[in-house]
Amino acid sequence: MTIGHEAFTFVRELVRAESAIVLEPGKEYLVESRLVPLARQGGHKDVDAFVAELSTRRNPAAMRLVVEALTTNETSWFRDTDPFTALRQTVFPALAKTRSKREIRVWAAACSSGQEPYSILMTAQDTPELSGWKVDMLATDLSLEMLERARKGEYSQLEVNRGLPATTLVRHFERLGLGWRISPALAAQVQFRQLNLMRPFPAMGKFDVIFLRNVLIYFDLATKRDILRRVRQVLAPDGHLFLGAAEMTMGVDDAWERVPAGRSSVYRIREEQRTCVP
Amino acid sequence: MRALIVDDSRAMRRIVGRILVDAGFEILEAGDGQEALDVLAAQGGDLPVLACVDWNMPVMDGLTFITQVRKQVEWRSITLMMVTTESEQDRIVRALAAGAHEYLIKPFTGDALVEKLDLLGLLPTTVGDHS
Repeated sequence: MTIGHEAFTFVRELVRAESAIVLEPGKEYLVESRLVPLARQGGHKDVDAFVAELSTRRNPAAMRLVVEALTTNETSWFRDTDPFTALRQTVFPALAKTRSKREIRVWAAACSSGQEPYSILMTAQDTPELSGWKVDMLATDLSLEMLERARKGEYSQLEVNRGLPATTLVRHFERLGLGWRISPALAAQVQFRQLNLMRPFPAMGKFDVIFLRNVLIYFDLATKRDILRRVRQVLAPDGHLFLGAAEMTMGVDDAWERVPAGRSSVYRIREEQRTCVP
Repeated sequence: MRALIVDDSRAMRRIVGRILVDAGFEILEAGDGQEALDVLAAQGGDLPVLACVDWNMPVMDGLTFITQVRKQVEWRSITLMMVTTESEQDRIVRALAAGAHEYLIKPFTGDALVEKLDLLGLLPTTVGDHS
């Protein structure tokens, strides 16, 4: 059975308010499958019973768990491959020519369990032009649980099988029990912090590269527009933004232009928009 | 495109075979390293592009098979992937040093195998629906 209409509506409103992620009707199965473990842990007979209690008691900790459970976290190493090839072949070499401080700043804005920021750092190490450079990496996510996982950098055998070349595995990971752990040297390069994309960003300076992949798809148009506008304010004028393959700025925030980068594409702030940051 | 599956477990050959067939491959099979060398020798110039190789097998193990394949200049075009429960770091390093291009640790999902094929450039773009 799937979740009832009332329970779905409550969860939908809760998630919308806390994360701006819109769960369209038809996503009942998703809500059901993500909340079953929480319902069981709480000793409820089903998800409806769990949500019914949640809606009367409004326990903040339980509500946070629900929001976290519905913040997607499907991820793999070098996800989609092409963006990372573009980083190594196009974006990083271009930055190496224009940055005098031998330092670049990267923000992974929805880092989930950490595969993306670590993949970016491994890519930087494979870029000859960045040899001897410092990569300052900020990785943020809405989910505290995910941040904790990312910070630990521990992955199961199944997780390291996903998209990670064997040469990279033996170079950047060490065996830990039945799983693997990211090398301490790599982990030490990442600063992890909780961040809700729909709230004003904290002071964090400007970034040369921002990864904001497969997260805008969960927001409604107004929120997408607002996020892209604020992302412009924390991206260096000649910086690069990566979105997911199914996402685009066109018709959302036209201050961006899409530029081909290898088999992938990146988004850059249009020349005429670079000087008049709102 | 053809792929050779070298594994002493028939069940494992069937599992790997099904994933590879879905990815557009025709399948050759062998139950150990020696049988696999014989299969390759019987192909003449029409070689498989890929061999998925188990480590622990009777008669000839996977590491020896890979070492033997790498000694033959005319077999240089074959991409070699270890598919094994052996998961220690030094094992992976040894296999890569012997000439394996990739290393997939059992257990794995179908997606994981397909992603390895993608890394190896062996995924026909027409069969790209694995996202």
